[in-house]
Amino acid sequence: MAIFRSTLQWGIVVAFILFLFGCPLFFSDRILTILTMMGIAVISVLGLNILTGYCGQISIGHAGFMAVGGYTSAVLCAKLGVPFWAALPCGALAAGIAGLIFGLPSLKIKGFYLIMATIAAHFIIIWTIIQLHGLTGGADGLPLPRPAIGSISLSSKAHYFYLVMALTCLGTVVAKNIVRTRAGRAFIAIRDNDLAAEVMGISLWSYKLQAFFIGCVYAGVAGSLLIHYYSFASTDQFPFMDSVWYLGMLIVGGMGSTAGAVFGAVALKLLDELVTIVGPVLSAAVAPQAAASLALISHGLIIIIFLIFEPRGLHHRWEMIKAYFRLWPFSHEGSD
Amino acid sequence: MTFFLQLIVTGFAQGMVYALVAIGFVIILKCSEVFNIAQGHFVLIGGYLGYTFLVTLGLPIWAALGMAIASAIVMGLIIERLILRPLLGEPVLAVIMATIALATILGGLATLLWGAEYKAYHGLLPTITLNIGEIGIPSESLIGLIVSILCVAILMLLFRYTKIGLAMRATAEDLQVVQSVGIRATTVYAVSWIIACVVGVIGGILLGGVSGANMDLANIGLKAFAVVLLGGVDSVGGAIVAGIILGMLENVAAGYLDPLLPGGGLAQVFPFIVMIIVLIFRPYGLFGLVRIERV
Repeated sequence: MAIFRSTLQWGIVVAFILFLFGCPLFFSDRILTILTMMGIAVISVLGLNILTGYCGQISIGHAGFMAVGGYTSAVLCAKLGVPFWAALPCGALAAGIAGLIFGLPSLKIKGFYLIMATIAAHFIIIWTIIQLHGLTGGADGLPLPRPAIGSISLSSKAHYFYLVMALTCLGTVVAKNIVRTRAGRAFIAIRDNDLAAEVMGISLWSYKLQAFFIGCVYAGVAGSLLIHYYSFASTDQFPFMDSVWYLGMLIVGGMGSTAGAVFGAVALKLLDELVTIVGPVLSAAVAPQAAASLALISHGLIIIIFLIFEPRGLHHRWEMIKAYFRLWPFSHEGSD
Repeated sequence: MTFFLQLIVTGFAQGMVYALVAIGFVIILKCSEVFNIAQGHFVLIGGYLGYTFLVTLGLPIWAALGMAIASAIVMGLIIERLILRPLLGEPVLAVIMATIALATILGGLATLLWGAEYKAYHGLLPTITLNIGEIGIPSESLIGLIVSILCVAILMLLFRYTKIGLAMRATAEDLQVVQSVGIRATTVYAVSWIIACVVGVIGGILLGGVSGANMDLANIGLKAFAVVLLGGVDSVGGAIVAGIILGMLENVAAGYLDPLLPGGGLAQVFPFIVMIIVLIFRPYGLFGLVRIERV
């Protein structure tokens, strides 16, 4: 746990966790829903961050891998009666294996070609799910029993919020630590220069697939949580644009930083909420379709603005602000 | 047999439109090394522009085409200047994300301006009927075929004989040399975006004339990627051949296999299956230069 270096940091972390777990006491169900969705997005983006931000393997199929995880746990729960706590890790594992399969092209290709391969992965996964009609319910969806762990039913918003937040915190700590291991450092080396990494004895084959596996396990957990939240599995919960937004969250937050992944997911989800508040007003004032177009245009604009003006994301800005206060009243560190 | 030939002919005409859209993609890629994910959304905008000019304003077909091309030129200029110019020299991912964001913005604009509704305008394009034996060629497909061939021919002439065309080919070859002989690279980039917008919009009007304009038109862009990968990302000729191959394959596969599958919809996912196979076994495509970075 050396990621928290001082007593003050420990204090802040404990206070934040206490606040987080106190949320259901003060907030309405609506806000809890928003926070739960944020938590799920954070888990998903943490995985994408390991894959794209640290290992440099760009994936625009993340929602597809979430669908694999989600549907695996859904089918286990609904058809085989497997309890929720056992189905969740199975879903994660299935997503990881799907990631390994679709990660295979990454051994040969990179950049744009890998992007195309992962986009194709998304569409092939969703199509396969619809084709397996008998198992997954196809386009009609699949109703699920309410999730429960042992005798504790997770049907209330507050209970589910606790579960998601616990997993989000766990996921964040694990992600933060993964990048400090041998594998994590290998990912960074591959991202920065794959040829140099290979020369140094890093097996590209093994570590790229590991990155795909870890990233997709996170996606699988997020997908399972999403499906069980609604107690209903449907391919509409994993639209292609979500795959794009997860990458967008990573860009807004700052690639290659765990805190950035969290910032980005929270920031874009807040933007979503803003759009759902402003949208109806705009629709009433301008045209009925204004709300839908506002959602698309605002997301597109925010990504372009970040790419042009703040390419290192919110995380970088946050570090600058922290440095400003640490060094105040001086503007930069001394050379002593 | 007639069924098979009918599928082949329809696929051929459809494939020419794919090829037209894919060419826009290849031109941008060759000149400025930008992978333009928004190419399908140019088609979307084109489909709706066709509706506006032909139905809402009631213009004759030639005037409507002229207006649509003029709008496409303006669109291309704005996009290049506002989004791509500031990102010159940024990493691949940043530029690709910018074009994805551009695609969403265009989708949002289409939603705002045309309400994301289905807008039909069949019968407004001129009709030609042609029958080869028992196989009827649908008039709209034939028009699409003729216009696509015409566009490709014009582009070929542009690249061979005009100054800007030569400059574009030179830029594709070597940027530094081009700059040292005094050709403005930014002009070349702007022109390549304009051409991409124009061919996208023309493709949109052609497809809109066949099946009406709706938000699904943007998906043609995803098919164009499969075409581009199959043909080789840096080959205009490859894009044409691959477009036709993919159009035919898709129609034949859907025609024969869809009745066997419960959910159907193979035509939608078929390009992606082709894409994965091409990426695994022949990432430089059929006609691309074999210089893709191997890892």
